[in-house]
Order: sequence, then structure tokens, then C-alpha cells
Amino acid sequence: MVWQVLEGLSRDSAKRLRFVPGIVYVDEGAACGRSPEDRAKTLSEARLVLEAVGFPHHEVALEEVFSLPPSVLRRPAQGPAETQAQGDYKAAVDTFLQQQLVLGAQDSLPPAPGEGQLHHPQGLPGPQSWTAAQTQALCRLFESVKTLTAREELLQTLRTHLILHVARAHGYSKVMTGESCTRLAIRLLTNLALGRGAFLAWDTGFCDERHGDVVVVRPMREHTLKEVAFYNRLFAVPSVFTPAIDTKAPEKASIHRLVEAFLLRLQAQFPSTVSTVYRTSEKLTKAPREGCASGPRCLLCMCTLDIDAADSATAFGAQSCSHLSPMQLPPLPAEAGTPPTPCCPPGPGRAQGADERQDAQAHFLEQLCYGCRVNMKELASLDPLPPYIQAEAQLRSQRAWVRREIQEFLIEDGGDGEDGQS
Amino acid sequence: MPAPPCASCGKARAALRRPRSGQALCGACFCTAFEAEVLRTVLAGRLLPPGAVVAVGASGGKDSTVLAHVLRALAPRLGLTLHLVAVDEGIGGYRDAALAAVRRQAARWELPLTIVAYADLFGGWTMDAVARSTAGSGRSRSCCTFCGVLRRRALEEGARRVGATHIVTGHNADDMAETVLMNFLRGDAARLARGGGLGSRGEGGALPRCRPLQLASQKEVVLYAHFRRLDYFSEECVYAPEAFRGHARDLLKRLEAARPSVVLDLVHSAERLALAPAARPTAPRCLLPLRAVCVQPREDLWTGSSGLPSGVTPQRWCPPTPGLSWCLCYGGAVDSDLGRTAEPAWIMIAHLAAPALGRWSRECTCPAHVGPPLPTSQILC
Repeated sequence: MVWQVLEGLSRDSAKRLRFVPGIVYVDEGAACGRSPEDRAKTLSEARLVLEAVGFPHHEVALEEVFSLPPSVLRRPAQGPAETQAQGDYKAAVDTFLQQQLVLGAQDSLPPAPGEGQLHHPQGLPGPQSWTAAQTQALCRLFESVKTLTAREELLQTLRTHLILHVARAHGYSKVMTGESCTRLAIRLLTNLALGRGAFLAWDTGFCDERHGDVVVVRPMREHTLKEVAFYNRLFAVPSVFTPAIDTKAPEKASIHRLVEAFLLRLQAQFPSTVSTVYRTSEKLTKAPREGCASGPRCLLCMCTLDIDAADSATAFGAQSCSHLSPMQLPPLPAEAGTPPTPCCPPGPGRAQGADERQDAQAHFLEQLCYGCRVNMKELASLDPLPPYIQAEAQLRSQRAWVRREIQEFLIEDGGDGEDGQS
Repeated sequence: MPAPPCASCGKARAALRRPRSGQALCGACFCTAFEAEVLRTVLAGRLLPPGAVVAVGASGGKDSTVLAHVLRALAPRLGLTLHLVAVDEGIGGYRDAALAAVRRQAARWELPLTIVAYADLFGGWTMDAVARSTAGSGRSRSCCTFCGVLRRRALEEGARRVGATHIVTGHNADDMAETVLMNFLRGDAARLARGGGLGSRGEGGALPRCRPLQLASQKEVVLYAHFRRLDYFSEECVYAPEAFRGHARDLLKRLEAARPSVVLDLVHSAERLALAPAARPTAPRCLLPLRAVCVQPREDLWTGSSGLPSGVTPQRWCPPTPGLSWCLCYGGAVDSDLGRTAEPAWIMIAHLAAPALGRWSRECTCPAHVGPPLPTSQILC
């Protein structure tokens, strides 16, 4: 994909692309359990390739999630770029082209609305921006998750947050990822199996704007893996091999591996399988089924929550009801850290610490969508999670508690009349 | 090591662990919990109103046996009248034994039983004959598709004969999960759009259908049948290994090994799928000429609210002549997107649904009609 962008930006291409690219490389070696020497070697190889390309590049390590601010998880309010009408796009492009012309003379420029910005055109490797303690914390986090499926999903989430943060910090408005048709078909079926059927359009569509100001686009989604492999070979595109979290894992280890193996095997028998699945993904829309547009959003994946607590004739209802019958979940609105109030039904001699942890975990799970919930249930406790997730979770649960307290006094906008207060 | 006490009643020794929650329960408590969950599904989804006459699709297999048993237990509370409807597809060596099981069940539970045969409804075509004719054309894998479509129609017919207001079938959560996977793999957006909820309202005069066992996993259904000592027929259909569903079933089994909750996760995904309006099913389309399917209409199929327009008499079609192409138009609704649904099953359905929907025209206006013009008496339009 980088090569294609390079070609698209070169002077002699027929339709020149009009944006300023930068490259982000995320080093996930700690999650995969690699030694620091291996990681340094891979990093230097990657650096060579990236420098040959010539775009500004940012190398970040996955450990830096431990220093992310909680604002990563918040969707910023609609910026002026989104409310621009269609006609302003041309004006923005013209402004941008003018700026490009004077770029050589000036140093720092005000950011152009809606377009990426060139930032510090040097790719010098900075000093290592993570500490050994963070590496250990990351290892502990990944070890506390039991199954490979949940680990892969967690890795995906953390990586997305990290890239988002880098994009926001350096003023990029769009993130391009290089997923091919085959990978998207696999991702579609995997997400189905993980319970993310409501969000397939965001996870596998061309443009994913659930994060607000930064839009994730997938320009390579029409190309199959085979085409990409041939292209790379014919045009001698340099690449670096890094082991991923599921390299050399047995086929049955995770849902991702199973679906990948299954789909590739089926493709060998029915050659149109991948393209059929891909075409089906094009038919998906982003509108929610019932029409309830703005509900609360999931803490981790930032999609509108697809859990409807009132509707019990669903798969979610069936699962939650079978848990409720033997034990009652105490409906405590208290946040983590405060001692449980006396209205809690007496459990059979549980320690107070365990109560608080379970409450905190219950509140954390409530803020997640169905798919994220199933993954995060495997965590024994919330401690290994990076601080930004914990802080945001606490903030949201406190806000929910406050809202519940004053619910009866709030007037709903556009509700059933002036005096229709519940 | 002695078994732990039942988590629910605390008195008896636990005899099983529920697959979903891992709870240890005794046999009686598990059956009660299972029935309570089915009841909750029916009530929360408002599937069967009181006073409904319910036709239970009984195949003799474990799902329909369990369904009939549970509904019979819940019938007094819900105010339902039950009828068993069994479908005879004419698969030799398989269906006869299954029907024997259904007859035994009907006798034991004292429920009225109606058997509807493909051979009677569809002019002598049994599944064996369909399989033989499709095997020649190299489409042997699709005979299960035909069977599914025809069975739905046969069930509808049987339900009408007993005067039912609702149809229930015993699909469980695993079936729904497999269906979602299969429809994605085949790119069947129309079925995906239709299949999310607990049942369908019934379009075009069809009876409303529902699946009360949809949220129960297959393992629990088997456990229930074991603890209630139900007698059912447990062999696989002879054509099943060739079905496409086998791939989806295989994938589902492996996924379940990796993560046990995947079945309900898939059902949840299916419930929340959002498909673009263009992908939703449209009006039936004109069909291409294909090798003929001989259907012999019966007088009682034409009576009722649909009826025939004046001047049209039901035709008697001959068995297919080799080389003769038939074109079946349906209301003249032509779609430019032809060619995808060129399955004989759709022909059968169009023919059978046409009386119910009352759309007839004497002239074939299908531009896709290929071949010499056919005499009107040989065209079903």
C-alpha cells in the first residue's frame, strides 16, 4: 500500500493523489514475547525500508499505550471539517496546493482543515520511548488473558488506540490501513463469530468514522492477497517479516486462525468464496436496526452499544438470565474504591475487597458492547489494563451514577411534552 | 468422588453440568429450567398468542420431539392447541423410519397427526427423483436446497389442512448459527435480511412461523431429551453429506471448541445485522427456461381465498419431454438481474405460490424467454 501511495504521489502518475502522507509503524514485539535484540533488529530493518520511501515516519512501540491519555477513548465533537459543505472540498484542495508551493520557503504552517499536515520532515530515530517496566506491564496484561482469541482482539484494540493517538498528535485526519480483500473476508466471518454482527459495516467497510475526527480508510480492500503478493514480487517491493502474536500457533488456538484456515480451504474448493463474502460485506449499512441512533458508546471499540437490556428474547437476554437465577447481581451504583453500601444483599461470607473488584468489573463490562464484553470477561481483574482505560471507565461509571441520581429531574429533549418528566 | 448437590433445589445430587453456565443441576431442575426458558422466549417475543392453533413441524428428530414435548407441557398455560404435521419427502430408507417414530410419539402424547407427502403435493416428485434429476446436471449438491424450499411449502399446506394459525419448528441455536455462516458464505443477502429474528410474520398469505427453541443450544436439547427419556430418530439424512451446510457445521464445531459461547454470539450477530435496503428481498422475478419440472395441480389447492381468475382452468401437465424448455413467468415482474436464481426450486415455489398470491396472466411477456414460442396451454403464467 505504501508503494502504491508512493506511485500515486509521484510526478508522472496520471491521477496524482492529493494528500500528504506519513507512516506509522507499531512495534508489537512485547506482546508477541520477542526478545529486545530481535525487536531492535526488526526495527532497524523496517527503518531502512521506510527511509527508502522517504515519507515522514513515526515508530511507536505498543508499550506506549501505558502513557496514553484517556482522551483517546473520547469521541471529539464534530469539528468544522465535517460540517463543511461539499463545495468547500475544492476550496480546501486549492488552499492545500498553494501551501505545497510555498512549503519550501516556510517552516511551520497552520493546519489546513480536513487535510493531513506535514510534520517534522525528519525520520530520525528518537531514543527508546518506553521503559522496561512498561514492557513487563504489557506482558502481564497479555498473560492475564487466557485465550488467544481474546489476546488478538485486545492487541487489535490497543493498536487502534495507539495509531489514533499518533494520528491526532501529529494532525493527521485519516488513517489508511492495508487490509486486502481476503483479510477483510476473514475479518468479517471472525467478527460474526465474536458477536460483532452489528458493527460489521464499520469493521470491514471502506471508511470507518466512529472515532470522530480521524477516519480510518481501507483503500486496498478490492485486492486479494494473491494479487498483492504478485505485485510485491513483480515490482520488487521490499518487505520485512515480523512474527505476529499468532505465528506458529496451532490451527485450533483461536477463532481468527480457525476462520482463516476454513476460508482458505473453502476458497480452494469454491473459488468464488472470498469475493462472495466480500460482496456481502458491501451490502451492510451502518444504520442500526431499530433506529436508535445516539446511544452510549462502547468504551473500547467506540461503536454504539448493541445491548438492549430490556429485550430478553434475544441471545444476550438468554445468557444474562441464566446467570441471574442462582445468584443475584447487586445493583450497586458505587464506583470502584468506595466500600460497598449496606443495601448489598449479603453474600456467603465474601471479603469486601472481592466485592469491590467484582463491582468494578461489572461496571466496566456494562460499558462495553457485546463483542468486547465477551472478550473482557476473560480478564480476572482490571489491574493489568493500561491506566487510560481504567480512568475512562471510572469516569463513565461515575457519570452514569450521577445521571441515575438526577434522572427524575431531567427534562428529555423532544420527549412527550413539557410536563412529561419520568 | 460424589457428585455435588444440585445448585437449584439443593436436595438431589447433580446429574449434569449446563453447557452454557457450568451450573451443576439435577435432572428435574434442568428440565424445569429449560422449559422455563422456552416459556420466557415465547412470552417475551410474543410468538404464540393464547388461543392459537399451532402446527408443530415434526420430523421425528430430537429438535422437533423436544419442541413438541415442551409445548405440550406449556400448552395449558399458554392456551394453545397443538397438531403434529409431518412431511414425507420420499427419501427411501430414511424417512420411513423417522415417520414411524413420529407416529409413536403422536400415539403416546395423544396429539393429532397429519402427514403430507411430496409425492401427493408435487405431482409425483419425491426427493429421490429430484436428486436423480439434478445429479445428471451436475448440481447434486443443491438437492438439499430444493428439499428445504419444498418442505416449507409442504408444512404450510399441512398446517392449512388442520386449520392452524401458527407454525412452529424446532430450529435450535446451533441451526441458526450455521444458517448465518452459510448465508454469508453463499452471499445470500436476502436470507440474511430475513433470518434474524425469532420468526417471521408470514408474507403473502403464509402463516406466521416461529422457532421457540432458537435460544437453546443443541447440547441442551439433547440433554433434555435424555432426561425426559424421549424416543426420537437420530440418523442423518442420506443426502446430508453433500449439503453445503456441512461446511458451516464443521466450522461451527471447531469454533465451539475454541470458544464455547460462539453459538450464542453468532445468534446475537445475526439479530443485529444491518443490511442495506436494496439487499432486502424483492418481488419474485421472472425465471429462465429450464429443464421442465412436472407439477400436477390438485383441485383442493386452488380452492380457498386465492381461486383462479375466470376463464382459466387448471392445466394438467405431462411429464417433461426431453429437450422441451418451459418458461415460467410470475406476474410479469422482470428483473434485470437474471440468472442468479436459476434453480428449479424457485420454479416449484413460483408455481405453488402463484395461486395463493393470485397473480396470473395468460401471456408470457418474459423477454428472457428463449426458444420457439410455446402454445399457451403449456405455459404456466
